[in-house]
Amino acid sequence: MFANLDIDFIIFGIMPYAALTILVVGSIARYERDPFTWKSSSSQLLRRKQLIWGSILFHVGIITVFFGHLIGLFTPVWVLDAIGVPYWFKQWMAVLIGGPAGIAALIGGTMLLHRRLFDSRIRTTSSWPDIIIMVLIWWQLVIGLLTITQTLQHMDGGEMVRFMNWSQSVMTWNINAWTTMVDVHWLYRLHIALGLVITALFPFTRLVHMISGFAAPFRYLLGRTGYQVVRSRRRAPLPKTTVATAKVAPKTPTAPPAAAPAE
Amino acid sequence: MRVRAQIGMVLNLDKCIGCHTCSVTCKNVWTTREGVEYAWFNNVETKPGTGYPTDWENQARWNGGWERTKAGKLQPKQGSKWRILSNIFANPDLPEIDDYYEPFDFDHDHLKSAPEMEAFPTARPYSKITGERIEKIEKGPNWEEILGGEFAKRSEDYNFEGIQKEIYGEYENTFMMYLPRLCEHCLNPACAAACPSGAIYKREEDGIVLIDQEKCRGWRMCVSGCPYKKIYYNWSSGKSEKCTLCYPRIESGNPTVCSETCVGRIRYLGVMLYDADKIEAAANTEEEMDLYDAQLGVFLDPNDPVVIETARADGIPEDWIKAARESPIWKMAMEWKVAFPLHPEYRTLPMVWYIPPLSPIQNAAEAGKIGMENDMPKVDDLRIPVKYLANMLTAGDEPPVVNALERMMAMRSYMRSKTVDGVIDEGIAARVGLSGRVIEDMYKIMALADYEDRFVIPTTHREQVEEAYDLKGGCGFTDGNGCSSGTSKASLFGGARKPLKMPSEVQ
Repeated sequence: MFANLDIDFIIFGIMPYAALTILVVGSIARYERDPFTWKSSSSQLLRRKQLIWGSILFHVGIITVFFGHLIGLFTPVWVLDAIGVPYWFKQWMAVLIGGPAGIAALIGGTMLLHRRLFDSRIRTTSSWPDIIIMVLIWWQLVIGLLTITQTLQHMDGGEMVRFMNWSQSVMTWNINAWTTMVDVHWLYRLHIALGLVITALFPFTRLVHMISGFAAPFRYLLGRTGYQVVRSRRRAPLPKTTVATAKVAPKTPTAPPAAAPAE
Repeated sequence: MRVRAQIGMVLNLDKCIGCHTCSVTCKNVWTTREGVEYAWFNNVETKPGTGYPTDWENQARWNGGWERTKAGKLQPKQGSKWRILSNIFANPDLPEIDDYYEPFDFDHDHLKSAPEMEAFPTARPYSKITGERIEKIEKGPNWEEILGGEFAKRSEDYNFEGIQKEIYGEYENTFMMYLPRLCEHCLNPACAAACPSGAIYKREEDGIVLIDQEKCRGWRMCVSGCPYKKIYYNWSSGKSEKCTLCYPRIESGNPTVCSETCVGRIRYLGVMLYDADKIEAAANTEEEMDLYDAQLGVFLDPNDPVVIETARADGIPEDWIKAARESPIWKMAMEWKVAFPLHPEYRTLPMVWYIPPLSPIQNAAEAGKIGMENDMPKVDDLRIPVKYLANMLTAGDEPPVVNALERMMAMRSYMRSKTVDGVIDEGIAARVGLSGRVIEDMYKIMALADYEDRFVIPTTHREQVEEAYDLKGGCGFTDGNGCSSGTSKASLFGGARKPLKMPSEVQ
């Protein structure tokens, strides 16, 4: 069967499953086994220059693009039909929102990459994965923006629906879905292949901080009522009376006094 | 009332000689690692000066600590939770490492490996970050040592606010003092409040504020949130680190390294009981000058039977209650009112307090250069302006500082009279609102400062909550994943788990 192995089968048939498996298993393993390494690896302390604008442009841009892809590719086509969004309209939205966001991310990414490579403080404190992943993302942004040149040649949305169907087929274990992708332009192929490579590298790089970043608002805004965090070693929490009623009425201790340890 | 206990610290600045033994021993124990060469969990600054990191006290610039909004709400000066989250990509309030200093070392090896030359070989500095040559060191952890540098620069010191400072640049009027600084282990920590990950927490049993290294994601909001700039971002590990109050030592009843090694015996450690329900209201006191008093109101009298009973019900161990009654912190902060919090206007309710320094005055006073009042030198004429101390310790409120200085002065007069003239002069004590007995107690604790009077530290009671059998033969302290048995309840890759009892969050 390997004689028949063709590049489209690898990119569209095998790589999605391999990359997603590595992403999920690798991330869980890292979070579970080595939480100390799970971090954003900020370098702002070492050099503020180029980071403020670079980081904000890059992050805002790439998060927009990321969710654009997620929503754009994985919204079932029948949902579009049901709510009456024409395909051409969706494609125009993708170009008009994704284009500027991609350009912002590219400008920011260029600033960050330049800083990482040519600022000696940042360069010497960078690990190889730090540099490699930034270079890959930079190329991914360039290629992604270049695909717009192709996209603009078929603005009816048909090609886009093809990508949507393929993405969703992958998720629904339709392993023959790659056959629908054999004649797409090489820019798209490259973009998808590189995207899947980045997906596979995710658990082994600082990219894991994405998960924490997306979780942070939920943790901080919803998960914590006040500002303060107190931790206790107690096995059983204290009776609620000590907390809730303390402000209204003078507390009468209900719990028996803790056993006095031998002194 | 919800009683909690905290290990607090007092530093008697009147006795600090600025030897930096605390800083050096602390560094040797905690921060001789890559990424934190620049970090001094304990440092000693010469005041007046801009300090380390430069200008740290200027919260108009750094936005550390808390503020009371116009609507009367207490929130981090950096902004509400939303504002903090929106700065997660780039933190506008974060200092750069150059605001501390670029860590350096010297080419010591060159001294012995240099070839024969006309001039003696020298050990030139290089950066500990890049390894590159540093031609000129521009900054260090104690750059203003003993008033180093010009007055114009040093006088940017925030504590000069409201003072005609020019005259203090003149040689005759120069003054200085030392200010050793470490994490304040605040009752209302701004660092913990600013952490989006919830990695910074206050321990219920002893009040020590720690950073969970496995939960820290390096969002660096704590660094800017702390108004004392006592959280340090480790650029190598990508995690924030801070003073731990040497908790392994405290837990076993030993003083912190900085306290243990202090040659001036200026440091005190003891238990303070406080009412956790009063913290927010106290920190949100309207007038900044009232914050010192508000914090005094949070502390609970360990001799009050109601407090003792409530403390027991709230699970405070008996020996901790006993230690609270013998606490030197309680005596100095609450009974004698000679110790003050550092910058209460930051609204963090700090728990490392300071006894203000008297200036060397006795000879000057006797020579008639300082005004006398009731046979004692007038504290308003001291070399260190009272306003300067008040700006540092009471948000600018002078009377409490004057009162403390007068009491310390009275202690000297009383003891001088007693030991030199053999006269017990109750009048001296009465003039500052004390009795001879209290002054002698002050003398014993503040002047003689025996080890057991300085450190009244009850051991922790982990034996009540932990399975010591699982601890046996366990890991010590490591960086990284050396000891981790994973975060989840079940082990991902098999093997028996011996879960350490980790403290869990309290709502």
